[in-house]
Amino acid sequence: MQYLLLIYSAEGSGPVYETPEFGKLMEGYMAMTEEAKQNNVFEGGNALQAVETATSVRVRNGKTETIDGPFAETKEQLGGYYLMNCKDLDEALYYASKIPTAEFGTIEVRPVWEL
Amino acid sequence: MKQDSTARIIEDVVRQEWGRVLSILVSYTRDMELAEDVMQEALIAALQHWGPRGIPESPRAWLLQTARRKAIDRLRRDANFSRKRAEYELLLSLEQQAGLNDTENHMDQDIPDERLRLIFTCCHPALSEGARIALTLRTLGGLTTEEIARAFLVSEGTMAQRLVRAKKKIKLANIPYDIPGPELLAERVQSVFSVIYLIYNEGYAVTSGDTLTRADLCTEAIRLARLLVRLMPDVAEAAGLLSLLLLHDSRRTERTDDQGMFIALIDQDRSRWDRDQIIEGVKILKAALVMGPPGPYQIQAAISAVHAEAESHEATNWHEIALLYEKLFEYQPTSIVQLNAAVALSFAQGPEKGLEMLSEIVCDGTLDDYQPFHAALADLYRRVGNKQKASAAYEQAISLSNNVAEKEFLEKRLQEMAR
Repeated sequence: MQYLLLIYSAEGSGPVYETPEFGKLMEGYMAMTEEAKQNNVFEGGNALQAVETATSVRVRNGKTETIDGPFAETKEQLGGYYLMNCKDLDEALYYASKIPTAEFGTIEVRPVWEL
Repeated sequence: MKQDSTARIIEDVVRQEWGRVLSILVSYTRDMELAEDVMQEALIAALQHWGPRGIPESPRAWLLQTARRKAIDRLRRDANFSRKRAEYELLLSLEQQAGLNDTENHMDQDIPDERLRLIFTCCHPALSEGARIALTLRTLGGLTTEEIARAFLVSEGTMAQRLVRAKKKIKLANIPYDIPGPELLAERVQSVFSVIYLIYNEGYAVTSGDTLTRADLCTEAIRLARLLVRLMPDVAEAAGLLSLLLLHDSRRTERTDDQGMFIALIDQDRSRWDRDQIIEGVKILKAALVMGPPGPYQIQAAISAVHAEAESHEATNWHEIALLYEKLFEYQPTSIVQLNAAVALSFAQGPEKGLEMLSEIVCDGTLDDYQPFHAALADLYRRVGNKQKASAAYEQAISLSNNVAEKEFLEKRLQEMAR
């Protein structure tokens, strides 16, 4: 069963780029991604560019509105995701807890709607 | 008359068998909603058949078999099912099992006990606390939605919705129907303990609601704790929880007077505490304590046991209670535990010692709005003869109290300070 692991954190809450702490964070990501791949759980995943680069689109009465910025202005922002194929929620929660950002941000785990 | 008693026997059997049979149905169907629906249908069938024909030799096997057939009927009727491979496979396996069981005469003891899996699913941390409690009462306790709604002072519709939402999440998020592995067990079993403890407290707290229903919650929590001890005999804290509930419960009816007013431990009629529950609670605790270092439920049970075995407030071994609270503080480092330790210490070594310990908590301010803290502080100042400070603390305690009897008591004490 597929789960989407959404990685949220507040701007500036994580380690700063090019510091040893940032290196550790990256190592953590590599290790957990490797573990997920080894166990045939990993289906995909990426980090996202900062919310300043976000564009929101909505169509109302046939007219497309294009808006600068994310869907919701919240303190914690979506910064990346994983798509995992897990046997149950406990396995998905296990990987969520292994995501290094979980230590200062929040990981939302959502089952994928299976057709 | 005869029909009445048959109905009551059926009701009793059903109540005993509900969780047992439902847990197996969930493991067959992997669908809590479907399992509950067919279980309900099997009960209706039982009421129709058992009356005229008598109660079958193995009610459990009868209910299980009937419910299983209902599940097969339902899956067959489901218009969409031909498109769903998983459901088709499920149907085949159900039919196979049913065929197997028709030829053999299954007895109660042949049927496995799957309730532990059901408990862990119902108490999964991915569900809200309210949902965990409601689901545990519904699926393991067999309480009706209406009964649970009444106990928690919400409408039946609200409670029904809460249950439906929880079952939906279990299904769609694929919350496992299993006993957690060793790496998760210690953490998850805590959630099970806390659900049972919360059910008990909901019944124990005399704040509001129908008192009869609330007593039922206490009974139900004890029943669940007993079940847990039977299913996890190696987990000492499960026994600790059961012991704690029994010891609490031995004083339950003496906690309030005829008008429903709260009676403090010091003023309770100890001769009316339930001796059988005390003896059982202490026995279970002793057996648990030899299994290893005690956890927080065993420590709390031990505190309760010291009170239960004391002939009077004065004859209580306060020294031991103070030590037990200190031990509890290692697991629950809260100001409330410290407060209790300080009060126990004051009875063991004098009010000065208690005040000394309390002064540390005063500084950190976390108990500023906690009524029992001001009441305890006032009492300690009264006992050392500091009338001025005692009065101030009594006033604070009175202003924070919302219990009439307690207020009256504190006001009486406050007047004594003015003399």
